[in-house]
Amino acid sequence: MQIRSPAFKANVSAALADERLQKALEFTRPAFPSRRAAAVADLPEFEQLRDIGRDIKNHTLANLDFYLEIYAANVERAGGIVHWCSTADEARAAVLAICEKAGARTVTKGKSMISEELGINAHLEAHGITPVETDLGEYILQIRNEGPSHIIAPAFHLNRNDWEESFRKVHTDLPADRVFNERRDILTEARTRLREKFLAADVGITGANFLIAETGSSVIVTNEGNGDLTQTLPRVHIALASIEKLVPTLEDATSLLRLLARSATGQDFSVYTTFSTGARRSEDLDGPGEYHVVLIDNGRSGMIGTEFQEMLRCIRCAACMNHCPVYFTVGGHSYGWVYPGPMGSVLTPSLIGVDQAGHLPNASTFCGKCESVCPVKIPLPKLMRHWREHEFERHLSPSAVRTNLAIWAWFAMRPQLYRIATRIGARVLGWLGRKKGRLSSLPLAGGWTAGRDLPTPEGDTFFARYARLQREGKL
Amino acid sequence: MSKDTILNAIRRGLKRGPLPEDQALGLRARMAAHPRHLIPARSRIDRPGQIALFLRNIEKEFGTFTRVPDLDAIPEAVADYLTANNLPSDFAMAPHPELAAIPWSNRPLLTQRPGRAQASDLVSLQHGYAAVAETGTLVLPAAAVRPTTLNLLSDTFMVVLRASRVVGAYEEAWDLLRAENRDERSGGFMPRNVMLVTGPSRSADIESTLELGAHGPRRLHVVLVDDDPAAFA
Amino acid sequence: MTPPSPAPRVALFVTCLVDLHRPSVGFAAIKLLEDAGCRVEVPLAQTCCGQPAYNAGDRSTARDLARGLLDAFGGYDYVVVPSGSCGGMLRAHMPHLFDDDPNTRARADALAGRTYELVSFLTDVMGVTTLDATCAATATYHDSCAGLRELGIKAQPRALLASVAGLTLSEMADAEVCCGFGGTFCVKYPDISTRMVADKTKDIAKTGAGLLLAGDMGCLLNMAGRLQREGSTVQVRHVAEVLAGMTGDLPPIGEARR
Ligand code: SF4
Repeated sequence: MQIRSPAFKANVSAALADERLQKALEFTRPAFPSRRAAAVADLPEFEQLRDIGRDIKNHTLANLDFYLEIYAANVERAGGIVHWCSTADEARAAVLAICEKAGARTVTKGKSMISEELGINAHLEAHGITPVETDLGEYILQIRNEGPSHIIAPAFHLNRNDWEESFRKVHTDLPADRVFNERRDILTEARTRLREKFLAADVGITGANFLIAETGSSVIVTNEGNGDLTQTLPRVHIALASIEKLVPTLEDATSLLRLLARSATGQDFSVYTTFSTGARRSEDLDGPGEYHVVLIDNGRSGMIGTEFQEMLRCIRCAACMNHCPVYFTVGGHSYGWVYPGPMGSVLTPSLIGVDQAGHLPNASTFCGKCESVCPVKIPLPKLMRHWREHEFERHLSPSAVRTNLAIWAWFAMRPQLYRIATRIGARVLGWLGRKKGRLSSLPLAGGWTAGRDLPTPEGDTFFARYARLQREGKL
Repeated sequence: MSKDTILNAIRRGLKRGPLPEDQALGLRARMAAHPRHLIPARSRIDRPGQIALFLRNIEKEFGTFTRVPDLDAIPEAVADYLTANNLPSDFAMAPHPELAAIPWSNRPLLTQRPGRAQASDLVSLQHGYAAVAETGTLVLPAAAVRPTTLNLLSDTFMVVLRASRVVGAYEEAWDLLRAENRDERSGGFMPRNVMLVTGPSRSADIESTLELGAHGPRRLHVVLVDDDPAAFA
Repeated sequence: MTPPSPAPRVALFVTCLVDLHRPSVGFAAIKLLEDAGCRVEVPLAQTCCGQPAYNAGDRSTARDLARGLLDAFGGYDYVVVPSGSCGGMLRAHMPHLFDDDPNTRARADALAGRTYELVSFLTDVMGVTTLDATCAATATYHDSCAGLRELGIKAQPRALLASVAGLTLSEMADAEVCCGFGGTFCVKYPDISTRMVADKTKDIAKTGAGLLLAGDMGCLLNMAGRLQREGSTVQVRHVAEVLAGMTGDLPPIGEARR
């Protein structure tokens, strides 16, 4: 996927001016938090489960090499094949090789963020294989050639007109004068069209929410059922999974599943939670004849042992972005790559480099809401701050910021000089704004005064007044 | 080889070589014991309470149910449901002995087609292996007698479930599978596929508004057979 | 909780913004603390908690400033701050600047453990439940992020405000959502910040309250600046001004002395 993170500020300006997007954001914004809150209120043990979720993931990461080997052995025992891939290139090549060997012409796909990260679709297309996204949101994005703007609601930025327009453009075999009276009609058309694709596909590609070492299973969680059709009907099923999806046992996965849907959509449980273990057994009446797991590192192992290891606990529930006021101001595309919101602001610099994604960890007020809802308690603001530290050390932060900071720090370390400087500052500002009590513009403060007035200081500093009162014996 | 590259990179990060044998032993023991974590209190209740919780959750998730006293009552319940919803009377049915034992001939107008589902099937009837009261979740392990396509391809998905197979928490369903299932291929207990199904298919991808029946069934109907004396209090 | 006996020695940490911008909040804090039975001192060697440097990724400056604080605030029973943000910096973050230096870390932990945000100190430590203050107004209260999530300040200001004669509280929707200040964020990403504060002022307006209160000067300046740019007549004050009964003499934030 093309990287547009360096243009974050321009992306934001465009997003703020995009009325359609702003309307969608405004409409969706209250829904996620209230649904999650209701689900959490309904499960008194939720906070304890968050601790458990964090601990399970920490335990797995501390022994990841061990569990990965057990996992792979168990996949193979059940008749599956594991393809270990260090890089995106290797993963793309592995997927292509499986498809080519199967003689595949069409490939159906369940929603998978790692597939976006790897750019699987473009790679298959370049080799004459047609990938078809089957998650409704991903399907329309594929038609429109857009990336997802959210990790679980990829197309929520589009409205009904967008859907209709896109469907009319590509479903040209259907009567041009058909009417879409309601959302249901859009859904029905997509369902019919995709049903044909499911039946025709040679290979089905899904992601994985979890991998289970004990059983060699991959787990997908969906509401539509598209992931299940994708992996059940074609001859070959490929599960794409990054290494940090692993957990040791079914019980471990189960505890995390209690957190996942509640944190994501506010459901108690998603509609379909499916555990796949190996290929079709000889006596089975359905299911794929081949089961492949493409196991991907692509930068994860480099996070282990660093201050960013905690990010590998992420179960991609999207709670952090669903509760993020910055995300709901700028939308997902502003972040410029696959993963938006707070989790993206930490993960994206890890995966594409902080020199590319430097804005992301800076564009946060550190309000802390994300951390407070994260089901596996990832300290997202702290990790974003670590990225700022890396930028500061590598002199990637803007020089004006560094200079201002240095001047301020020089004074702040010298209390007496600091008193004099602040006193002058307070006086000057106070004098400038003496008539109205505020300024509507001020040189060098354009960032502030573009959208707000600047209330002016009372006029003297606390310490000046305090000293005066002490001298006058009034304290 | 990439496998070694990945494993070595992880070990470098963890600042150690391969896991020492004594620690590996501990981890293997943990997997063998597969300890349960906290199980929410909501399902730690008596049998009648669990059944009621299960049925409440089925409805919460937009499913429906009928309770019948025994297998003999199933044909009528199925026929009534299909008529009430204007649905065709023929359906794909899991080739499970328990379903075959139902006296379908009581209702000659119903037609069952045992086997996997076809894309053209409007209605399917699945055999419920177990269910979890905690969230109203059906547990449907794939088997020759329980084809996966039945769960997915039809518009209306019916499941016959015995009340004695309703457990409180997911962990108890895993224990059933562990105790009862042996998979020839893997030597373990996991069949090719286990679907946990909670309500009919749905999507909120169009304007963040929920619609039922996205790709999978639009209707989910449970026929619960009251075979569990403990469930009547 | 029984109030500590007798008369604890409390150091007031004034904070940069109160010092520079709204000294009266510092004096309000002194009054509230003295009324609650504390002996209040203002160490002159204090400057800043270091948060601007810390959040800019400049750990070493943040450490240097923190060392200064350890010296300036040694020896008091408590350190009290009229800001959840600076309070959060001292309590939740500052000790971790010394994770690799056990001796300093121990001193930092000790300071963090004795440091409180003003309103929560009054209620949780000094056991204050009622105040002798009057303010005839309908007010709405914004929960500043650090105070809320790092220090758990939510009920305390509301409890004390309930005892202010003449004051009614009208809660806004999403009182816990960030106002978009975020320290240097508001000037680094002014477009985002402005939109966030504009969302906030909409919620404020919907309450019909004539007075907006919060416990952090940064948020208050941000919200006051936006309200005034929008031509709103809602007055804006630090919660301590109301609790200390100072509203009679002191113009609201961003308004000129009459
Ligand atoms: S960081 Fe936490 S809240 Fe965000 S997607 Fe990952 S698990 Fe969910």
